[in-house]
Amino acid sequence: MSSAEAKADRSPYLAHHFESIEQQEESCTLGMWLFLAQEVMFFGGLFMAYAVYRYMYPDAWLEGSGALSIKIGGINTVVLLVSSFSMAMGVYYCQIGNSKNLFRALLVTLFLGFVFVAIKLKFEYFPKFAEGLFPGDGWGPHGHYADLASFGDQGALQIFFFLYFVMTGMHAFHMLIGFVILVVLMVMTKQNKFGPQRFMPILFFGLYWHFVDIVWVFIFPMFYLVT
Amino acid sequence: MSEHHIVMPKTYATVLGCLFVLMAATIGASYIHLGSTYNLLLALFIALCKMSLIVMFFMHVKYSSKLTKVFAASGFFWLIIFFTLLFADYMARHLSTSPFAGSPYGG
Amino acid sequence: MANDVVQGPDFPERDYARPEVNYLNWKQTVSSWLLSQDHKRIGIMYLVSISIFFVVGGLFAIMFRLELLTPEGDLLQADTYNKFFTLHGVVMIFFFLIPSIPAVLGNFLIPLMIGAKDVAFPKLNLASWYIFMVGGTIGVIIILVGGVDTGWTFYTPLSTSYSNTHVFLAAMLVFITGFSSILTGLNFLVTIHKMRAPGMTWFRLPLFIWAHYATSVIQVLGTPVVAITVFLVGVERIWGVGIFDPALGGDPVLFQHMFWFYSHPAVYIMILPGMGVISEVIACFSRNRVFGYEFVAFSSVAIAIIGFLVWGHHMYVSGQAMYSNLVFSLLTMLVAVPSAIKMFNWTSTLYRGNVVWETPMIYAIGFIGLFAIGGGTGLFLGATGMDVPLHDTYFVVSHFHYVMVGGMVMAYLAGIHFYWPKITGKMYSQPIAKLCAVLVFVGFNCTFFPQFLVGWLGMPRRYHSYHPDFQVLNVMSTLGASILGIGFVIPVFYLGWSLFYGKDAGSNPWGARGLEWEVCTSPPDPHNFHEIPVVTKEAYAYTGEETLSV
Repeated sequence: MSSAEAKADRSPYLAHHFESIEQQEESCTLGMWLFLAQEVMFFGGLFMAYAVYRYMYPDAWLEGSGALSIKIGGINTVVLLVSSFSMAMGVYYCQIGNSKNLFRALLVTLFLGFVFVAIKLKFEYFPKFAEGLFPGDGWGPHGHYADLASFGDQGALQIFFFLYFVMTGMHAFHMLIGFVILVVLMVMTKQNKFGPQRFMPILFFGLYWHFVDIVWVFIFPMFYLVT
Repeated sequence: MSEHHIVMPKTYATVLGCLFVLMAATIGASYIHLGSTYNLLLALFIALCKMSLIVMFFMHVKYSSKLTKVFAASGFFWLIIFFTLLFADYMARHLSTSPFAGSPYGG
Repeated sequence: MANDVVQGPDFPERDYARPEVNYLNWKQTVSSWLLSQDHKRIGIMYLVSISIFFVVGGLFAIMFRLELLTPEGDLLQADTYNKFFTLHGVVMIFFFLIPSIPAVLGNFLIPLMIGAKDVAFPKLNLASWYIFMVGGTIGVIIILVGGVDTGWTFYTPLSTSYSNTHVFLAAMLVFITGFSSILTGLNFLVTIHKMRAPGMTWFRLPLFIWAHYATSVIQVLGTPVVAITVFLVGVERIWGVGIFDPALGGDPVLFQHMFWFYSHPAVYIMILPGMGVISEVIACFSRNRVFGYEFVAFSSVAIAIIGFLVWGHHMYVSGQAMYSNLVFSLLTMLVAVPSAIKMFNWTSTLYRGNVVWETPMIYAIGFIGLFAIGGGTGLFLGATGMDVPLHDTYFVVSHFHYVMVGGMVMAYLAGIHFYWPKITGKMYSQPIAKLCAVLVFVGFNCTFFPQFLVGWLGMPRRYHSYHPDFQVLNVMSTLGASILGIGFVIPVFYLGWSLFYGKDAGSNPWGARGLEWEVCTSPPDPHNFHEIPVVTKEAYAYTGEETLSV
């Protein structure tokens, strides 16, 4: 087979170094899952630190968790679960070739992501910054959190909030990265770049988004529901 | 084009429904006092159920190759290794004083 | 991911009339290198970069070896000395040892050995080099603005609360460089799973591939943990408080757990690829199939897995629970088993082989001897009772240099000398290279064997001055280091010389077996293979009749 013929046979989506579309798709799927395995270990380090300190300071955990609002956390959980659902629907619409609904699904996902981060900032981070729950020099619970000031082990309480900010912050940072990718995917959807022949990028972004959701599924009971 | 499983919207919606139920369950469980250890285990168990639903259906692992399943599980498997040996240390620290107590190396 | 519409890098059409076109000469603009997605060119780019970092790391070593000529701290101040050994460690580990064989030889050879046109994700491969160079740039900035003095381990609370040096930058460096390593590992895992040529079954793979598979598992699953750990150190530097801060009730030992969960397996990232190279070299120059192929293959995987279970042996005297010490000690003994299997199988491969003493073989035999000493002393240190007096002495320094330099650097040099004709198409001068290999071996032992003795006598590591009784051994060590330094410099000249004046090597100068030797030209075609080969043979199908043409 001459190289010209070989080239003509190849799908335009097939990269030069793969022999077949199947090989390419399986490779990319494995690559994506390895990336997620890497992410599991990345967040896993934080969860290990969390576990050690929860084991060492159960009282501080109870006290700190009491200062977090189950209502706000619960609402955000719903928001995130629905955004995961809309992302999954996006994959479905892409697979059946409905670009219009794919775009809508991505838009809903992005919107819900924004809602999550907005709620997080407005009702969780900002009040805590303002009322002395940020570990470090500014530490000194007051206002709504005045109760915490009387807790004996302020150091352990700071460790709780340190982990709270780092873990939810790292989670929110992953969402911000997701927003950027979502916008890119939406532009590409408008340009009709995706369809039943080419849904892998949507599927992979979906995997990432669901992973971020899973992290929250663990963060929610670990921080908000300590009893 | 390789055939890739298309998961139907009905499946996704059912999963979402289950996730809501589990979320309600985990919040509800936090108001029942079983002792902190059992509460924690229950919360973890529910979170694992939610995770499995998301991984299996939203992330299509149920319809993926064995190799993908292994790769998907690898991170969690390694975390279990990490957790086990890490906690072996923390849970055993109080069992005795360090054999090096009093030596120049501290204890 | 690499799933965009890709038509492939701007490769030339295959031109059968011009067989002299190869990956080096088909296009020679700067951008054709810097934007190349060709695994072979990326391998060369890594080769150049890590060689520069090796020189930088070596310069620090020269400085503190000179300081240690005399017991007094006369050449370097204490704080300068601390910075120098820290920078030596950071540069050598993150910018030389970890990327050395995987990113250079692994990148170059994995697709060639398994019969693929490239790695699975060429763009990620290029990205990993750029991420590596961003990390390297931060490293250079750290050196220019005043260094870091915590030791490469960044133990808290020294790194978080007390050190006034650039710990934050160093944390960034480890974080960023780590992702370069993760991407390399991810790429290799997928490549080995999915890109093998027809007929290239798992048990026909060269052992180099098995070793890289095991290495990549560690890179992907271990590195993120150290990334998050140094991230926490960085956050603690900025916020002023953190979870490792004893003032809050934080546990510095937790840092050590998290750090060593990666950094102990990381020593297997450093040594496993070296073991892969040694398997190739020993088989080729004994003209024998590697004895117990399956055992050597699975021992790589066993090392990768058991390697994750032993990190606590760095923490026997850190306040870790006594019972944990016992468990980690036992597991440490276990990890020696697969390493020993490899050692025995290599020596058995030599038995009744048709041994040929070419340069790579001299390095490989050197590796076996030195790794035996390095690994054996590792068992001393893995035993809880023995570790207490030896902890933080020069015995430890010597032990890991026997593994890292005597093992990994020897294996790296063996690999570079073995594959040089394949990479460049040129042959270097054998007599000079053989002499140099002996020089490295002698210099290495003169440098580090006295350190075993001085460590045994109780000289602690990481001090710029010492008791005068230790001077003789320290002088020996510094003299050995100068021999070793010369041994490392000479190859630059004869290998460089061979690029311009060396005779053409031909596609298989060693008479070696494997797709990379038997099917590829030297230097390989930009596409690696004109047709994807079909593999019908086991690896190492040596008959003993192979001829050398050097």
